Amino acid sequence: MTILRIPTPLRPYTNGKNEVSVNGANISEALNDLTLQFPNIKPHIFNEGGELRPFVNIFIGENNIKDLQGVDTPITNGEKLMLIPSIAGG
Amino acid sequence: MLPELSREEILRYSRHLLIPEVGLEGQRKLKNSSVLVIGTGGLGSPVALYLAAAGVGRIGLVDYDVVDTSNLQRQVIHGTSTIGKLKVESARDKLIDLNPDIQVDVFNEPFTSENALRIARDFDLILDGTDNFPTRYLTNDVAVFLGKPNVYASIYRFDGQVSVFYAKEGPCYRCLFPEPPPPGLVPSCAEGGVLGVLPGTIGTLQATEALKVLLGIGEPLIGKLLLYNALDMSFDFVKLKKNPNCRVCGPNADIKELIDYEEFCGVPSHDHDEGSAGAGLDITAPELAERMKTNHLKLLDVREPHELEISALPNALNIPLGELAGRLSELDSADEMVVFCKGGSRSARALELLASAGFKKAKNLKGGINAWAKEVDTSLPVY
Repeated sequence: MTILRIPTPLRPYTNGKNEVSVNGANISEALNDLTLQFPNIKPHIFNEGGELRPFVNIFIGENNIKDLQGVDTPITNGEKLMLIPSIAGG
Repeated sequence: MLPELSREEILRYSRHLLIPEVGLEGQRKLKNSSVLVIGTGGLGSPVALYLAAAGVGRIGLVDYDVVDTSNLQRQVIHGTSTIGKLKVESARDKLIDLNPDIQVDVFNEPFTSENALRIARDFDLILDGTDNFPTRYLTNDVAVFLGKPNVYASIYRFDGQVSVFYAKEGPCYRCLFPEPPPPGLVPSCAEGGVLGVLPGTIGTLQATEALKVLLGIGEPLIGKLLLYNALDMSFDFVKLKKNPNCRVCGPNADIKELIDYEEFCGVPSHDHDEGSAGAGLDITAPELAERMKTNHLKLLDVREPHELEISALPNALNIPLGELAGRLSELDSADEMVVFCKGGSRSARALELLASAGFKKAKNLKGGINAWAKEVDTSLPVY
């Protein structure tokens, strides 16, 4: 079980929750579990081909999964996952 | 040679001169430095005020808007007495009152691919305080092409982000966000709102980073992103690395000049809630009032439920935009329907969604319920 932080712009799709518990040995499985729990979030994270959308950044601990093994990055116990959105307000 | 400080300046900056990390030399560095603040809104207000107070010698302000009453909940550089005035002039007057020793250059024009390099060229540092994706990508690319640090901050509701994007020493904005989100996914402050004090918190952090970079002290947020949430009162830091495939600062960059950023982002380069669904798909508030006298029209309100407490139209069905895709069964595609929101942006997106689901008889209320409140039923408030 891993905690995934949900940013404000995506909270409408997680019933307002700021953190969600997800299961999975790697990022791909954890995101799959997220979309099973909250199907409405799926189109905002994945494109039609099932790939992560380029503007979605997922961090494990303080590292971007793009700098690790992408969605195959293993999740070790206790590391928090964070979805980091693009926001543009000023 | 750094400029000397006058006796008055020594007194004015005495609390800086007492800090060894700033001192007389640091203060002279600040006097010799220049920063360009893009946007004089929520972030630009505290940024410009604190940098002026700190004695940054030349501050450039870029904005083309005028001060509106709805700005004053957070844009503290402006005031009730400057409503209707150009933002750059309102801001300049405040800055010069705060510190008459500095120079303020104003650019009363939108920041675009045509003028951005000319405007930014003569400044040491760029501060991104804009309110929309196209101008953020433009600001990043300008900073990369001119080899200048881009002190970045952005806000939404209770969330803030701060970083220093400096391609010479670390990643740029595009390394983190190679592409903008699809239009409509991330609401703007004009649509989604923002806690008034949030740009104060985040803008002062942005000003802090700017001063550190100018003074060459501390550890600026190069290669780091600060994430703030006001509700949780959480500060998180993550590491950012240069993206080897970055299209502007990577080794194989293929973007060598400024592009059409509105086309790239699919949204206009301003944060005004004034959506249009396109030719033939809009209906004005007076037209709707006329039609409602004779025709039976379905009204669909795609705002959030709490907005209905501010203003509402009788007999309108409320389905927030985020829920619309899952609640189409509540609508009949045979009905003539008018969709509305606050200003017309969300309803324009709702219309696209409806059209793709086979609803061909829907129209968008241009200017939203605010237009109705201004032009038809003036008993309703505008928000």
